[in-house]
Amino acid sequence: MSNIEVLPELKQIIGSLLFAAKKPLTSKELRKVLADAGSSYGGPYEQFAGIKEDEIIAALGELTSELAHGSSGLCIAEVAHGYRLQNEINCGPWVRTLLDKDKNARLSKPALETLAIIAYRQPILRSEIESVRGVAVDQVLRNLVEMQLVKVVARSDLPGRPWLFGTTQRFLEHFGLRSLDEMPGMEELKRMEKPERTKTFPAMEKELEESLNNQAPNDEGDSNDEISEPE
Amino acid sequence: MHMPDLLTTEEYKVDLEVFEGPLDLLLYLIKKDEVDIYDIPIGRITTQYMEYLDLMKILNLEIAGDFIVMAATLMVIKSRLLLPDEDRGPVEEDDEDDPRWDLVRQLVEYKKFKDVAGFLGQLEEIQENVFSREGEHVELGARPEIGMTDVSIFDLISALNQALDRAPKEELNEIFAEQFSVSEKVDYLLETTKNGNPLTLGRLFRGMRSRQEIVCTFLAVLELMKLNRLAARQDNHFGEIVIEQIEGSGPEPVLEENEPS
Repeated sequence: MSNIEVLPELKQIIGSLLFAAKKPLTSKELRKVLADAGSSYGGPYEQFAGIKEDEIIAALGELTSELAHGSSGLCIAEVAHGYRLQNEINCGPWVRTLLDKDKNARLSKPALETLAIIAYRQPILRSEIESVRGVAVDQVLRNLVEMQLVKVVARSDLPGRPWLFGTTQRFLEHFGLRSLDEMPGMEELKRMEKPERTKTFPAMEKELEESLNNQAPNDEGDSNDEISEPE
Repeated sequence: MHMPDLLTTEEYKVDLEVFEGPLDLLLYLIKKDEVDIYDIPIGRITTQYMEYLDLMKILNLEIAGDFIVMAATLMVIKSRLLLPDEDRGPVEEDDEDDPRWDLVRQLVEYKKFKDVAGFLGQLEEIQENVFSREGEHVELGARPEIGMTDVSIFDLISALNQALDRAPKEELNEIFAEQFSVSEKVDYLLETTKNGNPLTLGRLFRGMRSRQEIVCTFLAVLELMKLNRLAARQDNHFGEIVIEQIEGSGPEPVLEENEPS
Protein backbone atom coordinates (compact mmCIF):
# COMPACT_ATOMS: atom_id res chain seq x y z
CA MET A 1 0.00 0.00 0.00
CA SER A 2 2.90 2.34 -0.57
CA ASN A 3 1.34 3.92 -3.61
CA ILE A 4 -1.79 5.98 -3.60
CA GLU A 5 -4.19 5.88 -6.53
CA VAL A 6 -5.48 9.42 -6.35
CA LEU A 7 -3.31 12.34 -5.36
CA PRO A 8 -4.89 14.68 -2.81
CA GLU A 9 -5.57 18.27 -3.64
CA LEU A 10 -3.16 20.92 -2.48
CA LYS A 11 -5.57 22.20 0.17
CA GLN A 12 -5.97 18.70 1.60
CA ILE A 13 -2.23 18.39 1.99
CA ILE A 14 -2.03 21.78 3.62
CA GLY A 15 -4.88 20.89 5.95
CA SER A 16 -3.12 17.77 7.12
CA LEU A 17 0.14 19.64 7.58
CA LEU A 18 -1.54 22.25 9.76
CA PHE A 19 -3.15 19.46 11.74
CA ALA A 20 0.17 17.76 12.36
CA ALA A 21 2.20 20.89 13.11
CA LYS A 22 2.83 21.85 16.68
CA LYS A 23 3.30 25.51 15.88
CA PRO A 24 1.86 27.94 13.34
CA LEU A 25 3.27 27.27 9.85
CA THR A 26 4.23 30.03 7.44
CA SER A 27 3.57 29.74 3.72
CA LYS A 28 7.34 29.47 3.27
CA GLU A 29 7.53 26.50 5.59
CA LEU A 30 4.62 24.86 3.78
CA ARG A 31 6.35 25.35 0.46
CA LYS A 32 9.53 23.83 1.81
CA VAL A 33 7.71 20.71 3.01
CA LEU A 34 6.08 20.32 -0.39
CA ALA A 35 9.45 20.64 -2.11
CA ASP A 36 11.18 18.23 0.29
CA ALA A 37 8.42 15.64 0.02
CA GLY A 38 8.65 15.88 -3.75
CA SER A 39 12.35 15.18 -3.79
CA SER A 40 12.28 12.38 -1.23
CA TYR A 41 9.25 10.51 -2.58
CA GLY A 42 9.68 11.37 -6.25
CA GLY A 43 7.23 10.36 -8.97
CA PRO A 44 3.74 11.83 -8.65
CA TYR A 45 4.71 13.53 -5.41
CA GLU A 46 6.89 15.92 -7.33
CA GLN A 47 3.73 17.45 -8.69
CA PHE A 48 3.53 19.83 -5.73
CA ALA A 49 7.27 20.35 -5.37
CA GLY A 50 7.46 23.48 -7.48
CA ILE A 51 4.40 25.13 -6.09
CA LYS A 52 4.53 28.89 -5.55
CA GLU A 53 3.75 30.71 -2.37
CA ASP A 54 0.74 32.55 -3.74
CA GLU A 55 -0.79 29.24 -4.82
CA ILE A 56 -0.33 28.01 -1.28
CA ILE A 57 -1.93 31.14 0.09
CA ALA A 58 -4.86 30.71 -2.31
CA ALA A 59 -5.29 27.10 -1.18
CA LEU A 60 -5.15 28.22 2.44
CA GLY A 61 -7.90 30.71 1.68
CA GLU A 62 -10.10 28.00 0.18
CA LEU A 63 -9.46 25.69 3.08
CA THR A 64 -10.23 28.44 5.56
CA SER A 65 -13.60 29.22 4.06
CA GLU A 66 -14.51 25.56 3.61
CA LEU A 67 -13.75 24.89 7.26
CA ALA A 68 -15.76 27.94 8.24
CA HIS A 69 -18.78 26.61 6.38
CA GLY A 70 -18.23 22.95 7.15
CA SER A 71 -19.33 22.89 10.79
CA SER A 72 -16.31 20.85 11.73
CA GLY A 73 -15.58 22.77 14.92
CA LEU A 74 -12.23 23.70 13.46
CA CYS A 75 -10.89 26.83 11.85
CA ILE A 76 -7.65 28.27 10.53
CA ALA A 77 -6.27 31.36 12.18
CA GLU A 78 -3.34 33.55 11.27
CA VAL A 79 -1.13 33.65 14.30
CA ALA A 80 2.49 34.64 14.87
CA HIS A 81 3.21 35.18 11.16
CA GLY A 82 1.86 31.73 10.30
CA TYR A 83 -1.28 29.63 9.99
CA ARG A 84 -2.71 27.50 12.73
CA LEU A 85 -5.46 24.92 12.82
CA GLN A 86 -7.50 25.40 15.97
CA ASN A 87 -10.91 24.79 17.45
CA GLU A 88 -13.81 27.21 17.03
CA ILE A 89 -13.81 29.57 19.98
CA ASN A 90 -17.33 28.69 21.11
CA CYS A 91 -16.28 25.06 21.51
CA GLY A 92 -13.55 26.12 23.94
CA PRO A 93 -15.17 25.14 27.24
CA TRP A 94 -15.46 21.50 26.16
CA VAL A 95 -11.88 21.33 24.98
CA ARG A 96 -10.79 22.96 28.19
CA THR A 97 -12.64 20.36 30.19
CA LEU A 98 -11.04 17.59 28.18
CA LEU A 99 -7.56 19.00 28.65
CA ASP A 100 -8.25 19.93 32.24
CA LYS A 101 -7.00 23.48 31.90
CA ASP A 102 -7.23 25.74 34.89
CA LYS A 103 -9.44 28.57 33.82
CA ASN A 104 -8.12 30.95 36.45
CA ALA A 105 -4.58 31.00 35.25
CA ARG A 106 -4.25 34.39 33.67
CA LEU A 107 -1.46 36.90 33.58
CA SER A 108 -1.58 39.55 36.27
CA LYS A 109 -2.10 43.22 35.47
CA PRO A 110 1.54 44.13 36.10
CA ALA A 111 2.59 41.28 33.83
CA LEU A 112 0.29 42.47 31.03
CA GLU A 113 1.51 46.04 31.37
CA THR A 114 5.12 44.98 31.30
CA LEU A 115 4.44 42.89 28.21
CA ALA A 116 2.70 45.80 26.51
CA ILE A 117 5.66 48.09 27.13
CA ILE A 118 8.16 45.53 25.89
CA ALA A 119 6.06 44.79 22.80
CA TYR A 120 6.11 48.41 21.68
CA ARG A 121 9.54 49.47 22.79
CA GLN A 122 11.70 46.45 22.11
CA PRO A 123 14.59 46.06 22.39
CA ILE A 124 14.25 47.62 25.79
CA LEU A 125 16.23 47.78 29.02
CA ARG A 126 14.75 46.81 32.32
CA SER A 127 15.39 50.32 33.61
CA GLU A 128 13.39 51.75 30.72
CA ILE A 129 10.42 49.52 31.51
CA GLU A 130 10.68 50.66 35.09
CA SER A 131 10.68 54.32 34.17
CA VAL A 132 7.45 53.88 32.21
CA ARG A 133 5.74 51.85 34.92
CA GLY A 134 7.22 53.75 37.82
CA VAL A 135 7.88 50.55 39.77
CA ALA A 136 10.46 47.81 39.93
CA VAL A 137 9.71 45.05 37.45
CA ASP A 138 12.39 42.59 38.45
CA GLN A 139 10.14 39.74 39.54
CA VAL A 140 7.52 40.31 36.87
CA LEU A 141 10.15 40.31 34.15
CA ARG A 142 11.74 37.17 35.52
CA ASN A 143 8.40 35.38 35.40
CA LEU A 144 7.73 36.53 31.84
CA VAL A 145 11.12 35.23 30.72
CA GLU A 146 10.43 31.96 32.49
CA MET A 147 7.13 31.65 30.65
CA GLN A 148 9.00 32.37 27.42
CA LEU A 149 6.80 35.32 26.57
CA VAL A 150 9.84 37.57 26.78
CA LYS A 151 13.47 36.89 25.99
CA VAL A 152 16.83 38.58 26.11
CA VAL A 153 17.57 39.79 22.61
CA ALA A 154 20.91 41.53 23.11
CA ARG A 155 23.08 43.45 25.51
CA SER A 156 23.37 47.17 25.34
CA ASP A 157 26.61 49.11 25.15
CA LEU A 158 25.82 50.97 28.33
CA PRO A 159 28.03 50.54 31.37
CA GLY A 160 27.47 47.10 32.86
CA ARG A 161 26.17 45.95 29.48
CA PRO A 162 22.60 45.38 30.70
CA TRP A 163 20.24 43.05 28.89
CA LEU A 164 17.79 44.23 26.28
CA PHE A 165 14.45 42.46 26.25
CA GLY A 166 12.00 41.67 23.49
CA THR A 167 8.85 39.62 22.98
CA THR A 168 8.92 36.08 21.63
CA GLN A 169 7.04 34.10 19.02
CA ARG A 170 5.24 32.56 21.93
CA PHE A 171 3.97 35.97 22.97
CA LEU A 172 2.17 36.31 19.64
CA GLU A 173 0.80 32.78 19.95
CA HIS A 174 -0.41 33.30 23.50
CA PHE A 175 -2.48 36.31 22.53
CA GLY A 176 -3.45 35.00 19.11
CA LEU A 177 -1.78 37.91 17.33
CA ARG A 178 -0.69 37.61 13.71
CA SER A 179 2.10 40.11 14.21
CA LEU A 180 3.00 43.02 16.46
CA ASP A 181 1.37 45.36 13.96
CA GLU A 182 -1.97 44.04 15.10
CA MET A 183 -1.55 45.78 18.42
CA PRO A 184 -3.42 49.07 18.67
CA GLY A 185 -1.56 52.33 18.07
CA MET A 186 1.71 50.58 17.27
CA GLU A 187 3.17 53.51 15.37
CA GLU A 188 2.29 56.09 17.98
CA LEU A 189 3.45 54.12 20.99
CA LYS A 190 6.59 52.70 19.47
CA ARG A 191 8.71 55.69 20.29
CA MET A 192 6.98 58.64 21.78
CA GLU A 193 10.37 60.02 22.48
CA LYS A 194 13.60 58.40 21.57
CA PRO A 195 15.77 57.49 24.51
CA GLU A 196 19.32 58.74 24.52
CA ARG A 197 20.91 55.40 23.99
CA THR A 198 19.65 55.48 20.39
CA LYS A 199 23.14 56.69 19.59
CA THR A 200 24.45 53.22 20.12
CA PHE A 201 21.83 51.54 18.01
CA PRO A 202 24.03 50.60 15.05
CA ALA A 203 26.49 48.95 17.38
CA MET A 204 23.65 47.17 19.11
CA GLU A 205 22.18 45.86 15.90
CA LYS A 206 25.52 44.62 14.78
CA GLU A 207 25.95 42.78 18.03
CA LEU A 208 22.47 41.33 17.81
CA GLU A 209 23.26 40.07 14.33
CA GLU A 210 26.49 38.55 15.50
CA SER A 211 24.89 36.84 18.44
CA LEU A 212 22.21 35.44 16.17
CA ASN A 213 24.81 34.14 13.76
CA ASN A 214 26.68 32.50 16.57
CA GLN A 215 23.64 30.56 17.61
CA ALA A 216 22.44 27.27 16.25
CA PRO A 217 21.18 27.42 12.64
CA ASN A 218 17.50 27.41 13.68
CA ASP A 219 17.38 30.82 15.24
CA GLU A 220 14.24 30.23 17.23
CA GLY A 221 15.88 27.70 19.50
CA ASP A 222 15.63 27.89 23.24
CA SER A 223 18.56 30.12 23.99
CA ASN A 224 17.10 30.70 27.39
CA ASP A 225 19.85 29.23 29.42
CA GLU A 226 21.56 32.54 30.05
CA ILE A 227 18.75 34.45 31.55
CA SER A 228 20.16 35.42 34.87
CA GLU A 229 20.68 39.11 35.18
CA PRO A 230 24.27 40.39 35.06
CA GLU A 231 25.48 42.13 38.15
CA MET B 1 -3.86 59.72 60.18
CA HIS B 2 -1.63 58.24 62.82
CA MET B 3 -1.84 54.69 64.03
CA PRO B 4 1.52 53.33 65.05
CA ASP B 5 2.03 49.78 66.23
CA LEU B 6 -1.35 48.68 65.11
CA LEU B 7 0.21 45.55 63.79
CA THR B 8 3.27 44.01 65.20
CA THR B 9 6.06 45.07 62.95
CA GLU B 10 7.10 42.44 60.44
CA GLU B 11 4.06 40.42 61.33
CA TYR B 12 2.59 40.64 57.91
CA LYS B 13 3.98 42.05 54.74
CA VAL B 14 2.19 42.01 51.43
CA ASP B 15 4.43 42.44 48.45
CA LEU B 16 3.03 45.30 46.46
CA GLU B 17 4.90 44.50 43.30
CA VAL B 18 2.22 41.99 42.48
CA PHE B 19 -0.27 44.80 42.88
CA GLU B 20 0.31 48.24 41.49
CA GLY B 21 2.63 51.22 41.60
CA PRO B 22 2.62 54.96 42.29
CA LEU B 23 1.52 55.88 38.78
CA ASP B 24 -1.47 53.60 39.17
CA LEU B 25 -2.34 55.36 42.39
CA LEU B 26 -2.12 58.79 40.73
CA LEU B 27 -4.26 57.69 37.80
CA TYR B 28 -6.71 56.21 40.25
CA LEU B 29 -6.97 59.47 42.20
CA ILE B 30 -7.31 61.50 39.01
CA LYS B 31 -10.09 59.26 37.76
CA LYS B 32 -11.80 59.15 41.11
CA ASP B 33 -11.89 62.93 41.35
CA GLU B 34 -12.73 63.32 37.68
CA VAL B 35 -10.02 65.92 37.24
CA ASP B 36 -8.39 66.79 33.94
CA ILE B 37 -5.15 64.90 33.60
CA TYR B 38 -3.62 67.90 31.79
CA ASP B 39 -4.57 70.23 34.61
CA ILE B 40 -4.00 68.28 37.79
CA PRO B 41 -4.80 70.12 41.02
CA ILE B 42 -1.45 69.21 42.50
CA GLY B 43 -2.22 70.35 46.04
CA ARG B 44 -5.32 68.22 46.37
CA ILE B 45 -3.89 65.20 44.63
CA THR B 46 -0.73 65.36 46.73
CA THR B 47 -2.75 65.40 49.93
CA GLN B 48 -4.78 62.41 48.82
CA TYR B 49 -1.67 60.61 47.67
CA MET B 50 -0.10 61.05 51.09
CA GLU B 51 -3.26 59.77 52.76
CA TYR B 52 -3.12 56.58 50.76
CA LEU B 53 0.55 56.24 51.51
CA ASP B 54 -0.21 56.51 55.22
CA LEU B 55 -2.83 53.81 54.92
CA MET B 56 -0.42 51.59 53.10
CA LYS B 57 2.11 52.12 55.85
CA ILE B 58 -0.46 51.11 58.42
CA LEU B 59 -1.09 47.97 56.42
CA ASN B 60 2.61 47.33 56.44
CA LEU B 61 2.52 46.94 52.69
CA GLU B 62 5.91 46.57 51.11
CA ILE B 63 5.77 49.94 49.39
CA ALA B 64 9.01 51.64 50.03
CA GLY B 65 11.05 53.26 47.31
CA ASP B 66 8.88 53.88 44.30
CA PHE B 67 5.97 55.38 46.22
CA ILE B 68 8.26 57.56 48.29
CA VAL B 69 10.05 58.86 45.21
CA MET B 70 6.72 59.85 43.69
CA ALA B 71 5.71 61.58 46.92
CA ALA B 72 8.92 63.60 46.71
CA THR B 73 8.25 64.44 43.07
CA LEU B 74 4.77 65.66 43.95
CA MET B 75 6.18 67.83 46.71
CA VAL B 76 8.72 69.36 44.37
CA ILE B 77 6.06 70.16 41.79
CA LYS B 78 3.82 71.57 44.45
CA SER B 79 6.54 73.84 45.77
CA ARG B 80 7.52 74.99 42.30
CA LEU B 81 3.92 75.89 41.60
CA LEU B 82 4.02 78.07 44.67
CA LEU B 83 6.79 80.19 43.18
CA PRO B 84 5.66 83.58 41.89
CA ASP B 85 4.69 83.57 38.23
CA GLU B 86 7.60 85.63 36.95
CA ASP B 87 10.00 83.03 38.29
CA ARG B 88 8.71 80.27 36.12
CA GLY B 89 7.04 81.90 33.14
CA PRO B 90 3.41 81.90 32.10
CA VAL B 91 1.85 78.49 32.61
CA GLU B 92 -0.90 78.62 30.02
CA GLU B 93 1.28 79.87 27.21
CA ASP B 94 4.02 77.35 27.42
CA ASP B 95 3.31 73.89 28.72
CA GLU B 96 6.99 73.05 28.85
CA ASP B 97 7.41 75.50 31.69
CA ASP B 98 4.66 73.97 33.75
CA PRO B 99 6.38 72.00 36.51
CA ARG B 100 3.64 69.40 36.19
CA TRP B 101 4.42 68.70 32.58
CA ASP B 102 6.94 65.86 32.99
CA LEU B 103 4.60 64.05 35.30
CA VAL B 104 1.63 64.58 33.01
CA ARG B 105 3.57 63.23 30.08
CA GLN B 106 4.60 60.19 32.08
CA LEU B 107 1.04 59.58 33.23
CA VAL B 108 -0.44 59.93 29.76
CA GLU B 109 2.14 57.58 28.33
CA TYR B 110 1.64 55.06 31.09
CA LYS B 111 -2.12 55.26 30.66
CA LYS B 112 -1.75 54.27 27.03
CA PHE B 113 0.24 51.21 27.97
CA LYS B 114 -2.33 50.35 30.61
CA ASP B 115 -5.01 50.48 27.94
CA VAL B 116 -2.98 48.17 25.75
CA ALA B 117 -2.54 45.85 28.72
CA GLY B 118 -6.32 45.76 28.97
CA PHE B 119 -6.51 44.90 25.30
CA LEU B 120 -4.02 42.07 25.80
CA GLY B 121 -6.06 40.85 28.74
CA GLN B 122 -9.12 40.60 26.52
CA LEU B 123 -7.17 38.73 23.88
CA GLU B 124 -5.90 36.35 26.51
CA GLU B 125 -9.43 35.69 27.67
CA ILE B 126 -10.46 34.84 24.12
CA GLN B 127 -7.42 32.66 23.60
CA GLU B 128 -8.29 30.66 26.67
CA ASN B 129 -10.93 29.06 24.51
CA VAL B 130 -8.61 28.38 21.62
CA PHE B 131 -6.62 25.20 21.39
CA SER B 132 -4.44 23.72 18.73
CA ARG B 133 -1.90 20.96 18.87
CA GLU B 134 0.07 21.03 22.07
CA GLY B 135 2.86 23.48 22.64
CA GLU B 136 0.93 26.66 22.07
CA HIS B 137 -0.40 27.28 25.51
CA VAL B 138 1.77 29.06 27.96
CA GLU B 139 1.73 27.22 31.23
CA LEU B 140 1.08 29.84 33.81
CA GLY B 141 1.39 27.22 36.50
CA ALA B 142 0.49 27.77 40.09
CA ARG B 143 2.20 31.11 40.28
CA PRO B 144 0.17 33.36 42.54
CA GLU B 145 -1.94 35.39 40.20
CA ILE B 146 -4.17 38.07 41.55
CA GLY B 147 -7.79 37.18 41.08
CA MET B 148 -8.93 40.70 40.60
CA THR B 149 -11.43 41.20 37.88
CA ASP B 150 -11.85 44.92 37.96
CA VAL B 151 -10.80 45.98 41.39
CA SER B 152 -7.48 47.69 41.90
CA ILE B 153 -5.59 47.65 45.15
CA PHE B 154 -6.57 51.29 45.56
CA ASP B 155 -10.27 50.49 45.38
CA LEU B 156 -9.63 48.07 48.19
CA ILE B 157 -7.68 50.58 50.23
CA SER B 158 -10.45 53.06 49.61
CA ALA B 159 -12.94 50.62 51.09
CA LEU B 160 -10.65 50.11 54.05
CA ASN B 161 -10.43 53.85 54.54
CA GLN B 162 -14.20 54.14 54.68
CA ALA B 163 -14.44 51.32 57.18
CA LEU B 164 -11.78 52.91 59.37
CA ASP B 165 -13.56 56.24 59.21
CA ARG B 166 -16.73 54.62 60.44
CA ALA B 167 -15.02 52.78 63.23
CA PRO B 168 -15.35 54.59 66.54
CA LYS B 169 -12.29 56.34 67.87
CA GLU B 170 -10.51 53.99 70.19
CA GLU B 171 -10.41 54.55 73.86
CA LEU B 172 -7.10 53.89 75.47
CA ASN B 173 -8.45 51.23 77.78
CA GLU B 174 -9.85 49.28 74.86
CA ILE B 175 -6.57 48.65 73.16
CA PHE B 176 -5.82 45.44 74.96
CA ALA B 177 -9.40 44.33 75.14
CA GLU B 178 -9.32 42.08 72.10
CA GLN B 179 -6.60 40.73 69.91
CA PHE B 180 -7.13 39.66 66.36
CA SER B 181 -4.81 37.88 64.02
CA VAL B 182 -4.68 37.73 60.27
CA SER B 183 -4.72 33.95 60.17
CA GLU B 184 -7.84 33.90 62.30
CA LYS B 185 -9.48 36.24 59.82
CA VAL B 186 -8.32 34.09 56.92
CA ASP B 187 -10.22 31.16 58.42
CA TYR B 188 -13.22 33.37 59.05
CA LEU B 189 -13.26 34.64 55.45
CA LEU B 190 -12.96 31.18 53.94
CA GLU B 191 -15.77 29.96 56.17
CA THR B 192 -18.05 32.90 55.38
CA THR B 193 -17.54 32.80 51.62
CA LYS B 194 -17.73 29.05 51.13
CA ASN B 195 -20.32 27.51 48.85
CA GLY B 196 -20.06 30.45 46.51
CA ASN B 197 -21.41 32.90 49.04
CA PRO B 198 -20.53 36.40 47.86
CA LEU B 199 -19.79 39.05 50.44
CA THR B 200 -19.53 42.80 50.09
CA LEU B 201 -16.64 44.52 51.81
CA GLY B 202 -19.10 46.94 53.37
CA ARG B 203 -20.96 44.11 55.02
CA LEU B 204 -17.74 42.42 56.04
CA PHE B 205 -16.47 45.46 57.92
CA ARG B 206 -19.82 46.42 59.36
CA GLY B 207 -20.06 45.65 63.02
CA MET B 208 -16.32 45.56 63.48
CA ARG B 209 -15.58 47.98 66.24
CA SER B 210 -11.85 47.92 66.51
CA ARG B 211 -9.50 49.32 63.95
CA GLN B 212 -7.15 46.46 64.53
CA GLU B 213 -9.86 44.00 63.62
CA ILE B 214 -10.62 45.89 60.41
CA VAL B 215 -6.99 46.03 59.38
CA CYS B 216 -6.45 42.34 60.15
CA THR B 217 -9.49 41.44 58.12
CA PHE B 218 -8.32 43.59 55.25
CA LEU B 219 -4.89 41.98 55.24
CA ALA B 220 -6.55 38.58 55.25
CA VAL B 221 -8.51 39.59 52.14
CA LEU B 222 -5.30 40.70 50.40
CA GLU B 223 -3.51 37.53 51.36
CA LEU B 224 -6.30 35.31 50.08
CA MET B 225 -6.39 37.24 46.83
CA LYS B 226 -2.68 36.79 46.47
CA LEU B 227 -3.11 33.08 47.01
CA ASN B 228 -5.84 33.12 44.40
CA ARG B 229 -8.44 31.86 46.86
CA LEU B 230 -10.59 34.97 46.71
CA ALA B 231 -11.55 37.21 43.83
CA ALA B 232 -12.79 40.76 44.19
CA ARG B 233 -15.00 42.46 41.68
CA GLN B 234 -16.81 45.70 41.37
CA ASP B 235 -19.80 46.16 39.13
CA ASN B 236 -19.21 49.81 38.47
CA HIS B 237 -16.38 52.21 39.08
CA PHE B 238 -16.05 53.17 42.71
CA GLY B 239 -19.06 50.99 43.53
CA GLU B 240 -19.42 48.36 46.21
CA ILE B 241 -16.70 45.70 46.17
CA VAL B 242 -17.78 42.07 46.30
CA ILE B 243 -15.45 39.25 47.28
CA GLU B 244 -16.02 35.67 46.29
CA GLN B 245 -14.21 32.44 46.88
CA ILE B 246 -12.66 30.96 43.80
CA GLU B 247 -14.02 27.48 43.37
CA GLY B 248 -11.72 24.52 43.67
CA SER B 249 -8.88 26.83 44.53
CA GLY B 250 -6.98 24.29 46.50
CA PRO B 251 -6.24 23.29 50.05
CA GLU B 252 -5.72 25.44 53.07
CA PRO B 253 -3.38 28.30 52.32
CA VAL B 254 0.06 28.18 53.78
CA LEU B 255 0.53 31.26 55.84
CA GLU B 256 3.85 32.39 57.07
CA GLU B 257 3.08 34.31 60.13
CA ASN B 258 5.60 35.15 62.76
CA GLU B 259 3.75 34.94 65.96
CA PRO B 260 5.05 37.52 68.37
CA SER B 261 6.45 35.46 71.19
